Amino acid sequence: MKPILEVNKICMDFGGLRALDQLDLEVKSGEIVALIGPNGAGKTTFFNCVTGIYAPTSGNIFLHDMKGKSSSLNGLKPNKITEKGLARTFQNIRLFSEMTVLENVMVGCHCRSTASILGALFRNKKTVQEEEEIVRKSYGILQKVGISEYVNEMAKNLPYGAQRRLEIARALATEPLLLLLDEPAAGMNPQETKELDELIVRLRDNEGLSILLIEHDMKLVMSLSDRIFVMDYGRKIAQGTPAEVRENPVVIKAYLGDDS
Amino acid sequence: MIIVDYLKKSFFVAIWFMFLTFPIMVIRVDSIEGIVEWRWQNMLLVGIGSFILSLVGRYIRIKQEKAARSVQKGRVQQLKSSLLIDPKMYLPGLALISLLVLVFPFLFSVYQTNIMTTALMYIVLGLGLNIVVGLAGLLDLGYVAFYAVGAYCYALLNHHFGLSFWLALPLGALLGALFGIVLGFPVLRLRGDYLAIVTLGFGEIIRLVLENWNEFSFGPSGIANIDRPNFFGIDMSLNESIIALYYMMVCLVLFSIFMVNRLQSSRIGRAWIALREDEIACQAMGIDKTKTKLTAFALGATWAGMVGVIFAAKTTFVNPASFTFLESAIILSIVVLGGMGSIVGVVVGALVLILLPEYLRAFSDYRMLLFGAIMVIMMVFRPQGIIGNVRKSYLFQEKKG
Ligand SMILES: Nc1ncnc2c1ncn2[C@@H]1O[C@H](COP(=O)(O)OP(=O)(O)O)[C@@H](O)[C@H]1O
Ligand SMILES: [Mg+2]
Repeated sequence: MKPILEVNKICMDFGGLRALDQLDLEVKSGEIVALIGPNGAGKTTFFNCVTGIYAPTSGNIFLHDMKGKSSSLNGLKPNKITEKGLARTFQNIRLFSEMTVLENVMVGCHCRSTASILGALFRNKKTVQEEEEIVRKSYGILQKVGISEYVNEMAKNLPYGAQRRLEIARALATEPLLLLLDEPAAGMNPQETKELDELIVRLRDNEGLSILLIEHDMKLVMSLSDRIFVMDYGRKIAQGTPAEVRENPVVIKAYLGDDS
Repeated sequence: MIIVDYLKKSFFVAIWFMFLTFPIMVIRVDSIEGIVEWRWQNMLLVGIGSFILSLVGRYIRIKQEKAARSVQKGRVQQLKSSLLIDPKMYLPGLALISLLVLVFPFLFSVYQTNIMTTALMYIVLGLGLNIVVGLAGLLDLGYVAFYAVGAYCYALLNHHFGLSFWLALPLGALLGALFGIVLGFPVLRLRGDYLAIVTLGFGEIIRLVLENWNEFSFGPSGIANIDRPNFFGIDMSLNESIIALYYMMVCLVLFSIFMVNRLQSSRIGRAWIALREDEIACQAMGIDKTKTKLTAFALGATWAGMVGVIFAAKTTFVNPASFTFLESAIILSIVVLGGMGSIVGVVVGALVLILLPEYLRAFSDYRMLLFGAIMVIMMVFRPQGIIGNVRKSYLFQEKKG
């Protein structure tokens, strides 16, 4: 079976700086894959290329959905890529801070709903029904992610951990096939991290989502992932199961420095 | 101890002000007599004045901070939102306002009614610009261009073909929307300050074209003798038609409030706000940035086009001088003063900004000064606008049982 995400020899240059260098990566359906590497390795840049925020200098990105349909993501606008089934969260939280928690998730439903300007003005039956459906669906997602108690709060007033969860909730509202999480546990305490671990597993098991995550918390990475990709200086330096990666001398060197 | 501290701070502020204003307030050189006059009493006045103002300002700020810290804040905010949301509280108020609006032309002179009509026109303009600036967060300084498009649309069609006002009204709206899209395209990639500068340029370009393209727009002399709106074929005196226009404007205001309200609490409205809050996250949610921006420009410009037609019909004369940057600035001030993104805010902002200068004509010398002072005070104490963020948001309640 084809992997759900297939990235071939992707390069990204910022002026003279090569942030991504001939990177290959694939995520199979139903997998949890981790992308790790020291700060500045190019992990976020990789996400930005895949989600269309940056246009990669060279290389190919393909999405193969369950029905066996393949589409190239190269040159697509970010919103088109989201429509195709790729959703992401941001390392530096980017919530719609002046909107309520519910509204944040409702925005995520945008690409799966159709109400037009005329629908908004005349509020025909279809629009009203769709709107009710969006509210119900959004609240359901909040419950699933475990932040439904904040439903009417402004997003900016949420505690940090809940903000990270709201980012996930919002991404789920776009009905993705593959979820990209950029350091979802950053700034969380051990308890919150543990709950996040459970949430991610639950999303994979119950929703059939595939997940690619960037994370620094090694305990989380080792317990969660089916496979791990390790990057340094824009290149892939290792890949394999958690056990393989842990023993890999190249990885140890990259993390602990040359003199270890 | 704190009081002494504040007294001390205010004292230094006063000293500082006395020093700053010394050259203009105290020294006066009489060039005829060739002597220097020292007006020490002015210095004393400046000192006392700034001391008191500074103390009052500090006092207000302490109170605000205290309120923010204590639980009371919850109650104050609750009261504020309930005033605007709870039907029991606002229905009587609304009824009173409606009554006042209805009988206004009979209570006040035709002159006053005319001013009120102007204020109502600015409410609609503000509501339109509010879509672009308040909701979608696109700082548009050339909004007056669409106003001009509407006005010239009616003026020219009426002049050449005798087109009636009622046909021109939807046409002006449509043309406004069209220009919104056309002018929106080139600025799609711009944001913030750059967007502001380019839209300002567009506004000026439209005005300059109207001023210089004599064959088309009759240049600076403009177009006169435009027909007033005809209401059901009734022959009306000038006064009657002013009153009729007032009622028509009331209807248009209600209509646009209704429409804008529906727009902002819809799928498209959420997309606008998301775009304002974070462009990248907005796109990552699957929202088409280009389409969302263009609809904001188009739907914002629609109202300007419509009010433009009404303006031409009301004054029966248009020329480019009515569509300067100052006009854009006033409409923008209405949105900012009232509170970005809030419909009630725009209504209040328009009434304050249009009516206040009219009624301050008595103090015409100080009018702009007062106007400026109000704006500065607003920015210091209520940067979120008079009404602030009372956008109706979705309050979710779980169904019981
Ligand atoms: N927009 C950009 N312009 C220039 N350089 C960038 C840009 N984004 C990232 N970089 C550079 O690319 C490298 C990788 O950054 P990033 O992907 O954020 O690393 P990571 O997420 O792995 O910590 C860094 O050296 C960073 O400075
Ligand atoms: Mg990063």
